[in-house]
Parts: sequence; structure tokens; C-alpha cells
Amino acid sequence: MNEDTRFGLDRKVRLLGPLPLDSGASLAPVEFAYETYGTLNADASNAILICHALTGDQYVASQHPITGKDGWWVRMVGPGKPVDTDRHFVICANVIGSCLGSSGPATINPATDKPWGMDFPVLTIADMVRAQAMLLDHLGIERLHAVVGGSMGGMQAVSWAALYPERVRSAVIIASAARHSAQNIAFHEVGRQAIMADPRWRGGAYYDDDDPPSSGLAVARMAAHITYLSEAGLTEKFGRRLQDREAKTFGFDADFQVESYLRHQGISFVDRFDANSYLYITRAMDYFDLAEAHGGVLANAFAGSKTRFCLISFDTDWLYPTSESRTIVHALNAAGAEVSFMELSSPFGHDSFLLENPEMNRIVDGFLKAGEGR
Amino acid sequence: MTKLRPDLQIIADNIAPGSRVLDIGCGDGALMAALRDEKGCDARGLEIDPANVSKAVARGLSVVQGDADTDLSAYPDASFDYAILSQTLQTTHRPDIMVDQLLRIGKQAFVSFPNFAHWRIRLSLLGRGRMPVTRLIPQTWYDTPNIHHVTIDDFRALVRDGQYTQEGQWFLSGDKQTGRGMANLLAEHAVFLLRG
Repeated sequence: MNEDTRFGLDRKVRLLGPLPLDSGASLAPVEFAYETYGTLNADASNAILICHALTGDQYVASQHPITGKDGWWVRMVGPGKPVDTDRHFVICANVIGSCLGSSGPATINPATDKPWGMDFPVLTIADMVRAQAMLLDHLGIERLHAVVGGSMGGMQAVSWAALYPERVRSAVIIASAARHSAQNIAFHEVGRQAIMADPRWRGGAYYDDDDPPSSGLAVARMAAHITYLSEAGLTEKFGRRLQDREAKTFGFDADFQVESYLRHQGISFVDRFDANSYLYITRAMDYFDLAEAHGGVLANAFAGSKTRFCLISFDTDWLYPTSESRTIVHALNAAGAEVSFMELSSPFGHDSFLLENPEMNRIVDGFLKAGEGR
Repeated sequence: MTKLRPDLQIIADNIAPGSRVLDIGCGDGALMAALRDEKGCDARGLEIDPANVSKAVARGLSVVQGDADTDLSAYPDASFDYAILSQTLQTTHRPDIMVDQLLRIGKQAFVSFPNFAHWRIRLSLLGRGRMPVTRLIPQTWYDTPNIHHVTIDDFRALVRDGQYTQEGQWFLSGDKQTGRGMANLLAEHAVFLLRG
């Protein structure tokens, strides 16, 4: 299997499509940048799809080419980890709309031979999932042992189970929700407005002279980053401590450590992310409401589902609080689906799912192993 | 296979193979695991204590962290063959509503509870004039989760008033089964099987 050029790190493929989209438009061709880890077994029954979050990418367990950092989920994915690359065949693909190689506003529009910019079609979470299904067809994987994701990755995982129940044996949905709340949409709108208010944005047509709206994107990232942390976490990490100075400057420099930290988060983000992708993906998340397509009744999305579900939330996550996970759990109970759920305690807010958490690993490990016997 | 608690063993022995079972207050999932492994049951659990949920999920059981007082309403009518409530009835806010819920969700329900009219408890209250602390009721009055102590005769009255059908009753003294005669005085623990 290892000689198969479809498998391995840093893969790219362009599929003809077309991919019909929820908006009524369609996308063709569809480009994918993805990675696979481990070996697909003879009956292709050990595949696990990892779905990444808003600003995540396909480098789930390998070094990021731009930042040089470790993969974003090496604590969960790798040899001997809960998603065990010795045992499982792991796939992680950059979502369409993003900017790490899959089709998105920065890729070439075949009609004009120029970057799509804002002519790229508006996407939904379901569109991302249907695109992933296309990729799995190409890879020869009919049925997933599991689909696993946190945050927006969890939205994809729960959508996978709703759209393709026959293709998903188990779904792990961490720190996520079945719809975006008014507050979620509001924070995203702040980010989008920051980007579009940057004079360099120019209606999204900034690729030609390589002069992107970095200031706007950095502000968007700063605002969003606050929502990924908890008040207690911020207080513990920074409190009101000053940054490399003895006293307040009575000016507008980054006097406080928390300001300096946020500025750093914003500035480093723009090196690895495209502003237009940020607009498209936040839009897709805001449009997400899994119940909407099922008469407003979330349980109908899972009617007759044979998929096993495992949901995890964190007690200090106020972006996708436990109540959002519970809504999904109650719908799954109502549909009679097999579901496990647990709220874990962690001081780190929404970001907890990306951090070291032995309890989370133990639960995911036990859940995935229990699905292998059957 | 580790040995089940005696009341859970009685429940396990009396559940039909291949049933759909909801274990409310399932603890670390010992009964669910036995039902799954030995009787081929499709067992689901609800448990409030995070450490227990985590143990149960890690052993491959479908357990949801939640509160029996608030989370049962999400389960559809007659969606299980059995609903099980073991040693939990006395901790619920409204035991009468709880039994109603059990028999809405399950076609049958097992309910087990410590008997507050056991002679040792009666003696303790009579002699010492203090709330009894025993093997089955080990906490003091102020830190006990048991907010609705119940006797076997109280429960029988609840069954009668609710017009439920009683399909089985078992009594325990120590870890051994004991007869029905004077159960309200002699049994430390009771298990009832009801139908709505």
C-alpha cells in the first residue's frame, strides 16, 4: 500500500467534480491537500478521518510547513495515541474554502485563470463534508471506522453522521455544537468586519500584488482568540501584569502582558492564513444549523442511525458550552442512537481540546477500541 | 468477571437476553457490562459522577453524563425494554415522578433501594434518637445524597397509588436473599420489578 501515491504526507489531488453546493452553485474541479498516516488494512476498515477546526489544516500530526511547529493534534493522533497510527489509517484534509492547498478563494478560478477571490462560492459545513466524501471515494474508502473532530471539526463530524450514516461507524465530537448561536455569529461578524475594513482588503482582490489585509486579519484573530480562552485562564496566565516595564506608560503601547500576547497571536496568524479564507470559513460556520435541514428537529438528523457517538465538552468553554453538546446528546437519545457524553474539567476554555488532557485521551481511546471489536 | 453487587445480580438474573436496557445511575457500568457481555443486551447508561462516566466510557459502554432528575425527558416513550434505577430512587427530587418516567421510557422497570424500616435502623432511631448511619446508609444526615428515605411498605403504597403492576420483588439481608415475610422489618434492601 505504501507505494500508492495517493497515500502519505503532503498529498495533493485535483478531482474533476463538479461538487454541487448548498448555495445552488457548484465547484469544479475540486482541489484537495491532505495527509494520510498509517496503513490502510486489506478490507479498508481501519480508516479514521480527522476534521480540523476553523484555522486548522491537514498537518494534524506532522510539522507545519510555514510555522515549523508540530502537528496541531499530536497529543491525540500518532503511534500509541488514542487515534493510533500503528492501528488506524488516518486521513486529514484541508477543508475546501481554506488556504493550505485545497480549493479556496486563493486558488485559481479556471474560468479566469486568476485567483477566485470573492468569486469563490460561499460554502457550508455540509459542502465541506461532501467534498471530503469525494476525496474518500478517490482514496477507495467506503466506510470510516471513525470521524473525529473538535470545534468546527466536530461540526463536520456530526454532519458526516447525519449526511452519510452508512459510511460512519463511530463519531467523536469534541467541544462543538449543532448550530452557531447568535453570540457565535456576532463574534465572527466582528472578525469579518475587521478584515473588510482594512483598506488593503479591496473586495478580496489583493492576491496580484501580494499585499493582503494583514492588519484586519490580525484584529480578527485577536478577537477570536479571546473566545478560545477562559476568563480564569487569562487571569491565571496574565492577570494585570505589565509587559517588560515597571509602570504604565500612559500611552497606547502594549502595556499589559495580555495585550502583548494577543498582538503576537494576531501578527503570527497572518503568516499562515488567508483573510478571504477566514471570511468564507466563518460564514460556513455561521450558516451551520444541523436541525434546520430536518424540520427544525435535531433528532430527525439521526433517525435510525447505527453510528456510535462520543461527545466531550469542557466546563470552561463558553464558545461552545456544555449545553450545546447536551442538545446533541438529547437529540441522539431521542433518536435512540448509541451515545456517550462527558463534560471534562479544564481551566483552558475552548482551546482545551487541543491541549494535553489525559481524561479526554482515555475516553477517546476506550471509545474507539470498543468500536473495533464489532 | 468481577462479582456484581447483590441487588445488581438479582436484576441481571431477571433480564431477558437481547433486551434494550437503560441503566439510570449506572455507576462505573458494572451491570451494563455484565448485561452486554453475558446476555447480549443493548445497554445504555446515565450517570452523574464524572469519574464513573469516564470509567464506563473507557470500557466501551454508552454512558451519558447527566442528572436523572432533568435528563430523562429526552428519552422517547417505550424506547427500552427495561429502565433500571438501582440505589438511586432515594436521591431523586421527586421519586413519584421518577417512577413515572421509568415506566414511560421502559416497558418494565427495576427499582432497588435501601429499606429505611429495617429493624436495625428502627432500633437506632428509637434507642439513640439520632438519624441512623448503617452499612447501606453510611452518610450522616447533613451530607447524605439520600433526600427521600423510603421503606418497603412506602414503596408498595407508591406502586398501588400509581396503579403500576408489580411483577417481581426480591429482598436482601446482608448480601443474601431473604423471604417476603416481614420484609419491611427484616430486609435491608429491596428490588422491585414494575410494569406501567
